[in-house]
Amino acid sequence: MAKRVGMEVSIAIGEVVKLANADVIAAYPITPQTHIVEHLAELVADGELDAQYIPVESEHSAMSACLGSAAVGARTFTTTAGQGLELMHEVLYIASSMQLPLVMMVANRALSSPLSVWNDQSDAMAVRDTGWIQIFVENGQEVVDNVLCAFHLAGDQRVLLPVMIHLDGFFLTHMVEPILLPEQSEVDNFLPLHQYPLPLHPDKPVTMGTFAPPVVYSEIKKAQEMRLEASKEVILECWKEFGNHFKRYYSPVESYHSEDADTLLLTLGSSSETAMIAIDKMRGEGRKVGLVRIRLWRPFPFEEIRQAVKDAEVLIVLDKAISFGGPGGVVCSEIRSALYNQSKRPKVISFVGGLGGRDISPQGFEEIINKGVEISQKGSEREFEMFGVRE
Amino acid sequence: MAEYITYGKRQVTTDEILTPGHRACVGCGEALAVRLAGKALGRNTIIVTATGCIEIISSQFPYSAWRVPWIHTLFENTAAVASGIEAGLKALIRKGRIAQQGIKVAVMAGDGATNDIGVGALSGALERGHDFVYLCFDNEAYMNTGIQRSSATPLGASTTTSPAGKKSIGQVTWKKDMPAIAVAHNIPYVATACPGYPFDLMSKVEKGANTPGPAYIHILSPCPVGWRCAADLSIEIGRLAVQTGVFPLYEVENGKYKLSVSVAKLRSVEEYFKLQGRFRHLSPEVISQIQNRVTEEWEKLKEKAA
Repeated sequence: MAKRVGMEVSIAIGEVVKLANADVIAAYPITPQTHIVEHLAELVADGELDAQYIPVESEHSAMSACLGSAAVGARTFTTTAGQGLELMHEVLYIASSMQLPLVMMVANRALSSPLSVWNDQSDAMAVRDTGWIQIFVENGQEVVDNVLCAFHLAGDQRVLLPVMIHLDGFFLTHMVEPILLPEQSEVDNFLPLHQYPLPLHPDKPVTMGTFAPPVVYSEIKKAQEMRLEASKEVILECWKEFGNHFKRYYSPVESYHSEDADTLLLTLGSSSETAMIAIDKMRGEGRKVGLVRIRLWRPFPFEEIRQAVKDAEVLIVLDKAISFGGPGGVVCSEIRSALYNQSKRPKVISFVGGLGGRDISPQGFEEIINKGVEISQKGSEREFEMFGVRE
Repeated sequence: MAEYITYGKRQVTTDEILTPGHRACVGCGEALAVRLAGKALGRNTIIVTATGCIEIISSQFPYSAWRVPWIHTLFENTAAVASGIEAGLKALIRKGRIAQQGIKVAVMAGDGATNDIGVGALSGALERGHDFVYLCFDNEAYMNTGIQRSSATPLGASTTTSPAGKKSIGQVTWKKDMPAIAVAHNIPYVATACPGYPFDLMSKVEKGANTPGPAYIHILSPCPVGWRCAADLSIEIGRLAVQTGVFPLYEVENGKYKLSVSVAKLRSVEEYFKLQGRFRHLSPEVISQIQNRVTEEWEKLKEKAA
């Protein structure tokens, strides 16, 4: 049986990568991800995890080494944050386009300048279009469970795509939480041995990464898009199978008190747990408010989102990243796009907040909801609101 | 032709890992060097190629000129990709998932990918001690994108981004000494080679590939298009580069220098320059300045190899 342990989430990630029996870890230290790489280095040094640990000289090389390792058929893991993810940027496209399955944790961090090691989701939004499966998690248990699911998914012959798990830096990475850590035998029953169908090997030479002239490039990109779209079925299947094994169930979109809600708040990542406190309080005051959280960010869960918000009158979307000179938040833009052609849809109000580690308290979420409702009724001169800014 | 006769008796495999039908230009010194390196590496090899001439001439979807497992991902990251391949193989062999059969990992990259944009990744991989051989095919500029200067372009060469003009001699900096940078990492094997000396090149690639740990081989690869010379002169110009001391052939085994081709009396750099349009504009003063530097470097090298 799984043990219930009090553990820092970063350490738990290291433990679960060990349980997944990773073959290669290539990583570069960056706050707030460092505890993950440190713990993995310890596990390898102590012989608890039989893996090659490559202490690369940059994040660009971390992701590049992961390409090589995945291409020979090794189960591959890396982790980064903020600037590190940005430095990897061009390499991320290679991993997905060349169908190299690997798993990466991103400890979401604000982008410089000014330098900030603290949390927001600017790094995640900047890699939105890289072709990876992307999952945002809420708490430590969800991280641990989804690392296992990510290895399962990435290696599935129908998917063979890299998987990125976003967890809020500090808010999650440095939090000590009660976590059910599965037994090795339980993991082995759930997670098959990693087998890449066409690895680089002299016995059966393959050519990987040719260049493509205009006559085929579009077809290749279409095929890539179809593969990512089709992965959604496998993701649902994987979560179901995980549920059968571990009795914890995951879905692309989570709802909280949304059934009869006229006003909904939508978040990504760990802020939902704080927002729930506000929702509970407002519910106690007779307000019909609810919460929707996106877990599966790519492939985007269009149907689930439409279902989750269809009966609401107002939908307030909180982005922890800003799209400069644009409509404010990336998540909100996507939600609006997903709803625009629906005959019945809520008014969508955009908030940007929680940048660079700025805390949003339960009272803060209450303010956001109240302000959002007010804007929905009275309108606003601005495309979006920035929450909690001293002006 | 003395060296040909001396080495000609050696048996060289007829097996090619780079097939005919690739898209290299007529007289390409690099394609020849890759072919020779391929003979030395053999089929039990995984090749990692950087973006550049080698990649462009040998791969166009859905074709491939490679008979060995081959991967290209980006421009500046080949040493890192090779690190991952080497580590992956090690882990899989240790865990019994694939058989130990002594698979070699070789990088093939140009001078831009090596000296410039990929020097960080290369330094990292050399320092970490991965077991692989890195082959830099140096044609002394970004030839694939149209002859732009790199840090491997020699002083005085006219390129499209270091053009000779009324106020410029062309490239105004000396060629970056990449083999010395590799040597500074204290790796077990560093060498220079040139397809004008094919047997020397093959034996060095073989040695590098069989050396446990990282090996670096810097291969001067004459480019008729970029050097503005006749397409049938690649071999001759390569040999002249060696015999003038412009590009000496040597090995550095565990830090110990050894000259591969000893030249009793260096030929003048002018002989090398006059066959190439990229140096055509140089004044006697600049040529004399270059000559002095070449002689000086040659003397230093001889001292190191003494």
